[in-house]
Amino acid sequence: MSRFLLKRIGLALVTLVLLSMLVFAIAQLLPGDVGRNVLGPFATQQSVDQLNHQLGVDRPVYDQYATWVDHLSHGDLGESFQYQGSSVWSLLGPALVNSLKLAALAFVLVVPLAIVGGVFAGLREGRISDRVITVTGLSLTAVPEFVTAIVLIVIFGVALKWLPVTAQAPAGSGFFTQVEHLLLPAFALVMVLFGYIARMARAGTIEALDSDYTRTASLKGLSQQTVVRKHVLRNALLPTIAVVATQTGYLIGGLVVIEKVFNYPGIGQRIYTAATNKDFAVLEAGLLIVGVVYLVATLLADILYSALNPRIRHATTE
Amino acid sequence: MTAADVAPASVLQPSETSVARRETIRALLRSKTFVVGNVIVLFWVFWAIAGSRLTPHDPLAQTPDVLARPGTHYWLGTDTLGRDVLSRVLAGASSVLVVAPLATLLGVVLGTIVGLITGYFRGIVDESISRVIDAVLALPLIMIAVTARAALGLSRATLIVVIGIIFTPLVARTVRAAVLQERDLDYVPAARLRGERAPYIMFVELLPNIMQPIVVEGTVRLGYAIFAVAGLTFLGLGVQPPTPDWALQISDNYGLLTGGSYWWTVLFPALAVASLVVGVNLIADGLRQVLDR
Repeated sequence: MSRFLLKRIGLALVTLVLLSMLVFAIAQLLPGDVGRNVLGPFATQQSVDQLNHQLGVDRPVYDQYATWVDHLSHGDLGESFQYQGSSVWSLLGPALVNSLKLAALAFVLVVPLAIVGGVFAGLREGRISDRVITVTGLSLTAVPEFVTAIVLIVIFGVALKWLPVTAQAPAGSGFFTQVEHLLLPAFALVMVLFGYIARMARAGTIEALDSDYTRTASLKGLSQQTVVRKHVLRNALLPTIAVVATQTGYLIGGLVVIEKVFNYPGIGQRIYTAATNKDFAVLEAGLLIVGVVYLVATLLADILYSALNPRIRHATTE
Repeated sequence: MTAADVAPASVLQPSETSVARRETIRALLRSKTFVVGNVIVLFWVFWAIAGSRLTPHDPLAQTPDVLARPGTHYWLGTDTLGRDVLSRVLAGASSVLVVAPLATLLGVVLGTIVGLITGYFRGIVDESISRVIDAVLALPLIMIAVTARAALGLSRATLIVVIGIIFTPLVARTVRAAVLQERDLDYVPAARLRGERAPYIMFVELLPNIMQPIVVEGTVRLGYAIFAVAGLTFLGLGVQPPTPDWALQISDNYGLLTGGSYWWTVLFPALAVASLVVGVNLIADGLRQVLDR
């Protein structure tokens, strides 16, 4: 187990290094003169050159990468190119917190809901309730998240006036006010994610129900309830955990669109603005943060997966 | 309906292969999911090709009938510029149905090549490519696309290339898994003993035998591509106005929904995107049921 863990963490670190190179390379693709972009078309060439020199973007690429990584390792993300004098972290930190709040709320809502729905559908395979859950899930995943979000706004925000339309609670609001404001965007994410997770849980349940160990458990006289709880659920949840982890990546990416619809100052919005304004420093750091969040989430999921799966728990390699 | 009667292609003689293929096609046509999916997708393909030539009104023509309700003259109403919503929805099929399939095709071709190489050679080649794939997968599609679109400018070709490249590692993963299952079957070592070169074994021996998972993966990817194109267009990074496009119609008009009126400007393009994605998913499900042994 510990050997598996060490190997898994080592791989995550290698991926992290490659990710940093990739992010740096993507950001370097951005053409255009940074100084010119910041200062505008009427600045003199001299002042543009001076700013470029000051920001360090006139140096060779590998040199810039080395400096970037060196600063990163000290926790220094640098300064924004666009907002002179503000540190990248002061722009991204609060945005990341906002996004994580939204993502956490969506997860808290969707994971139990989808697992219960999926397992229930799996246990009643082929019956009406199964059909309803499966078709609803499939239809919800087929609608782009911006459409779902707009429909939710119209129904619950505009027509019924149950929930606030702006995702951002007024400054200094308490916990429950913040949650109330985040409910609509979180629901939009829930509706998209429900189908994927419920589908996995359903498939896992059906597979577990069909397996030899379940049949043995039933044949040796265990009650239906015990069989489901001890044998079916545990095995049905394994693939579900894997899909929850991969959806984390979707969730953070999907936030760009949701954050735009609800005008929520999250990390997706920040990255989008940074990309359109060619603010390399914010863009690079933002992409890296998103990547790290994804890597940590999948690492945690792998650890959880192996802790629940005896075949991995007791294996010495892989 | 079941794939049990379709024997694996690898053990078949040429004549038996064609019999098996006919069996597969018959099984597909018997699958309701596959047929319904095709009907929906072909409907949109038809309109993508026909475009403004067959629409009831000119999708670009602005009229004084601004924001008319759905009725006998304008079946689905008009938008803020008095353009016919129905005509714009029908003509809008072409913009997504050009970009998404081409992007998917690019991703499937590149992904198949990478997957064949990593699965066939394993070892250090596999390990290093897999790490790069992991790194790419750590970034959400939309974020890479947002960055790359800002970098490379606004053109259809950029969008296709960006989505295609992002799909490559995802397809490669599936193809690699399929190759790993096949590479120890007798025909692969046999080809190696005959002295065939690696590219020949990969593309002539292995590829035909792993076409089924590739086709399924491609269909699934197509659904995601439509999603990605719609999302990016909604963000303002896809086709630009006044080209009729579903996501663009939605992003132009969703501000009008406050107050609950003018719903037709948004609802119909939304239904169009959803129906296309559902259609593609139904085809994918049908294929999976028939092809997966």
